[in-house]
Amino acid sequence: MLSIGLGHYLTLAAIIFTIGIVGIFLNRKNIIVILMSIELILLAVNINLVSFSIFINDLSGQVFTLFILTVAAAEAAIGLAIIVVYYRNSGTIRVEEIDKLKG
Amino acid sequence: MIAHAIVFYIFSLIAIVSAIMVTVSKNTVNSVFFLILDFISISCLFIMIGAEFLGMIMLIVYVGAVAVLFLFVVMMLNVAQQKNEWFNSSVRSSHIPVGLLVSIIIFFELIIVIGGWKYKPDLLDSIAIEINTDLTNTQSLGSVIYTDYIHLFQLSGMVLLVAMIGAIVLTFRQRSGVKRQSYFKQISRDRKDGIELVDVENNKGVKIDA
Repeated sequence: MLSIGLGHYLTLAAIIFTIGIVGIFLNRKNIIVILMSIELILLAVNINLVSFSIFINDLSGQVFTLFILTVAAAEAAIGLAIIVVYYRNSGTIRVEEIDKLKG
Repeated sequence: MIAHAIVFYIFSLIAIVSAIMVTVSKNTVNSVFFLILDFISISCLFIMIGAEFLGMIMLIVYVGAVAVLFLFVVMMLNVAQQKNEWFNSSVRSSHIPVGLLVSIIIFFELIIVIGGWKYKPDLLDSIAIEINTDLTNTQSLGSVIYTDYIHLFQLSGMVLLVAMIGAIVLTFRQRSGVKRQSYFKQISRDRKDGIELVDVENNKGVKIDA
């Protein structure tokens, strides 16, 4: 309990990952919160990679984390741009009202 | 050792509570604030565990760029007060029990995997890049990124470039009725187009056609 090992970090990552999944599943109102939940999931993955990298004494996990950070930043920028364009065209970003593809 | 454990538990507790608040917060601006708190506490954990460079990069990229981008969009779209009431009974609330059930199952699966996991026997042979304890974290990462992973590094730069161009192209809007500067017109303007010299006769004035 008092000596922090790899399992503690993995459990923390699992908890944050699950909270992100819950945020995606249960959020029906605001699509920006869904994007934030995706960021939480990526954060959990980063925690996993970094803790494995430290505890196995292998640097490549941190290199992967660096690239995941890059992709996460790009994804957030593109997603928010899409949301801005959608809001400009239809005036809402509520998840329930985004049903243009419904025939 | 005990101090390490206490600090770990404090930071991870803050991270978990703020992650929960991100999803259940009623105000979207508050969600963004809790997201920032989450990133900061996780980056503190990274620094504590020995990955200082990634902790600092996390602060710069996530807190400095991504979270502020979220904040800008939330404030710009004027959805800050939009209620985020997924736990209140709505017309279509049948997805909530199923979603919770699936999430709990996912969590227990992850816990089972973590609990029953152990290192493979030939782990020490399969280490790709061993951490050199004589170097700092930043130095060792740099010596790897710019040599072994140089192509991936360049490609991540391309990813950022494409994302930047894509965001600009997506949100660019041609407004009508706004006077814009046309450099080509400005530069290719001639003296003959701009000025006309007229001899003004006495008592007649100049007739301006426009």
